[in-house]
Amino acid sequence: MIAEIGHFTLILALLAALAQSFFGLAGPGLERPSWTQATRPAVWVQFLVTTLSLAMLVAVFVQNDFSVEYVAANSNSALPLLYRVSAVWGAHEGSLLLWAWILVAWTLAVALLSRSLPEPFAARVLGVLGLISVGFLAFTLFTSNPFLRLDPAAPDGRDLNPLLQDPALAAHPPMLYAGYVGLAVAFAFACAAMIEGRLDQTWARWTRPWTTVAWAFLSIGIALGSWWAYYELGWGGYWFWDPVENASFMPWLVATALIHSLAVTEKRGLFKSWTLLLAIMAFSLSLLGTFLVRSGVLVSVHSFAADPARGMFILAFLVIIIGGALTLYAWRAPLLRSEAGFEFTSRESFLLFNNILLVVAAAAVFVGTMAPLISDALGLGTLSVGRQYFDPVFLLPSLPLLALAAVGIHSGWKKGRISDRRQSILLALLGGVLLTLVLVLGVWEGAKILTPVGFALGLWLMLSALIDPIDRWRRKLSMTRAVIGMAIAHLGLGLFVVSITAVESYTSERDLALAVGESGRIDQFEYRLEGLSTVEGPNYDALRGEIRVFENGKEIGLLHPEKRNYWVQRQVMTEAGIDIQLGRDIFAALGEDLGAGRWSVRAQVRPLINYVWFAAFLMALGGVIAATDRRYRGRPEPAA
Amino acid sequence: MTPRQRRITLVIGILAGVAVAGALTLSAFRENVMFFFDPSQVAGGDAPIDQRFRLGGMVKPGSVDRVAGSLEMSFVVTDFQQDVRVVYSGVVPDLFRENQGVVAHGRLGTDGVFVADEILAKHDENYMPPEVARAIKEKHGGVMPVNPDVRSVPRT
Repeated sequence: MIAEIGHFTLILALLAALAQSFFGLAGPGLERPSWTQATRPAVWVQFLVTTLSLAMLVAVFVQNDFSVEYVAANSNSALPLLYRVSAVWGAHEGSLLLWAWILVAWTLAVALLSRSLPEPFAARVLGVLGLISVGFLAFTLFTSNPFLRLDPAAPDGRDLNPLLQDPALAAHPPMLYAGYVGLAVAFAFACAAMIEGRLDQTWARWTRPWTTVAWAFLSIGIALGSWWAYYELGWGGYWFWDPVENASFMPWLVATALIHSLAVTEKRGLFKSWTLLLAIMAFSLSLLGTFLVRSGVLVSVHSFAADPARGMFILAFLVIIIGGALTLYAWRAPLLRSEAGFEFTSRESFLLFNNILLVVAAAAVFVGTMAPLISDALGLGTLSVGRQYFDPVFLLPSLPLLALAAVGIHSGWKKGRISDRRQSILLALLGGVLLTLVLVLGVWEGAKILTPVGFALGLWLMLSALIDPIDRWRRKLSMTRAVIGMAIAHLGLGLFVVSITAVESYTSERDLALAVGESGRIDQFEYRLEGLSTVEGPNYDALRGEIRVFENGKEIGLLHPEKRNYWVQRQVMTEAGIDIQLGRDIFAALGEDLGAGRWSVRAQVRPLINYVWFAAFLMALGGVIAATDRRYRGRPEPAA
Repeated sequence: MTPRQRRITLVIGILAGVAVAGALTLSAFRENVMFFFDPSQVAGGDAPIDQRFRLGGMVKPGSVDRVAGSLEMSFVVTDFQQDVRVVYSGVVPDLFRENQGVVAHGRLGTDGVFVADEILAKHDENYMPPEVARAIKEKHGGVMPVNPDVRSVPRT
């Protein structure tokens, strides 16, 4: 019965979304105020029924109702409650329903917070969001319905993929989707502005906080995924340029460009058509990401779902959404001329270069991600693109981007008065270089060519980000959330660069063959296998190693890596043993039985790796603080 | 410079920068892309010597050979027509097993032995790398031989 209620409410949600897009677009278009006013109630209805539908899916999982096919395929009676809930989005069908729910939740937020917008404009935004809802709900209902019954019911479920039984991965999809879907709001604002042929600074002021919050969610979603891959896949890295990772990284890069371009549009009324194009691109890449991950066209370490029919549906949806938006753009963009000019050293031109470099970086990632698909489709051979390509082509635009950021955050609008801050910027550079020398010569020894470059740029940016808040504090000037948020986000970016540089330059790693009582060396570290024991979890048993780690003879950590055997899926899984310390992670993963009593052990010591994810969190935090600035709350002032 | 000249200079500068970035990207792409070969192609001499590529196929039953207690190992990758011996040193993935699909990254030596520096096996017991599935099916009239469990699509 519960599954049927879920199925039925899903149908109602589709109807409500249709009504919402009809009223939202036809009302202002045909100038029928009563239709326009019906848009918000339609959003409420869609929100309530979609929430009910999702709640029903959670309920069948919690109740272990194995007569529902999706539950039988992705859960098990021995599965802990937390993972029975997260199993809802553990596979394709449920994650689409979650996507649709997050979209309607965002839509409701827009409906509630857009009272001060002109009524026709707000209705159009909600109408465009409604169209996207229609696409996703129809997709869920017609190709990926999670409520289908299994007859006869399964005695027990096939269990959630053990890889997904993890707290970080339980939170990863909702965060990532909140980011993807948040970009739909920016997209809807852009479409509404193009339909009206009017795009002023008020528009940018309205779009900006939504985009920044979406970007923050996306940052956290990507960081959680990266963290999970680090400790769960047992390889010990933070980024693999896997196509699925790239699928989330491309929208992030373009969204980063978009939040900067929106700043120019808000403050100076420039870059209007470029901003629109970025808003379209950012959401298109989100959809493309969904297509890549969900259609199974990718050869990936974790493409969990694959079905050609679904792929075709998303592809068609992608073509309609992107094609429609670009057509609208081609028709309307000529109306949106920007009049004002700006000087070469002004903030406008720094942000212009920021945008160019970010888009170039996104394009390079795009080429590497899509090339294998295109080559395969055209019968040119099966090829793959790895970090030998991605590392250099991504670094190339990133390094100048960091230097420009360190200077550019102090430039003024229009005329550009960097000279006021020249001393502080140079002081920050000097500080960065000195700290780099300390790190390269004092803390760690030796360096690759890019090590000092990475450290210096990252530290320079961190110090540079602090200049403005410190200056305001000393002069007792007002400290707005925009200023604090910007400083924290750029501080986070600097820290990100510093920590990645440390990880890439000073990681010690080696595969060892150890018997109990034996030890092996990597650089100055010694791993000793103290013992092996068998332990039992709720739905698995495991072989657990006890490894003591010494540095120059002194004990620095005790690790318990596990080799788990999950009963239901009979899948063997590596659970790495990690000792998280202030300045580094000490990592061990158990490999396989090598015979003669020996086991293979993947041993790694990675400096500052935790700061990679902490830095991503700082960037997101900065975004959220900036998005809640006073000027975005309350009624906007009339357009300048 | 007049504002107009300045704008033109700026546009030319940006275009030149983007062109350089594009050229560098393409050359990085040409040098670093890895092609996929199956054992028949390797035996037929299609695969390059001393250049990294991906070798894919099934791990031949009974071929995994290891000096007890050592990380050094070797196994045979087969497409049921031709075999290629692979040597590797290190930890293999959890799902590396005989009669399972595998992809190895590495170089082919002049002695015909493939020296792998990375071994990939997918994280699902029924998963087959699509390129391996296709390479094997092509040689058997479009059907997958031997192991009835192997499907080309992972369970969702």
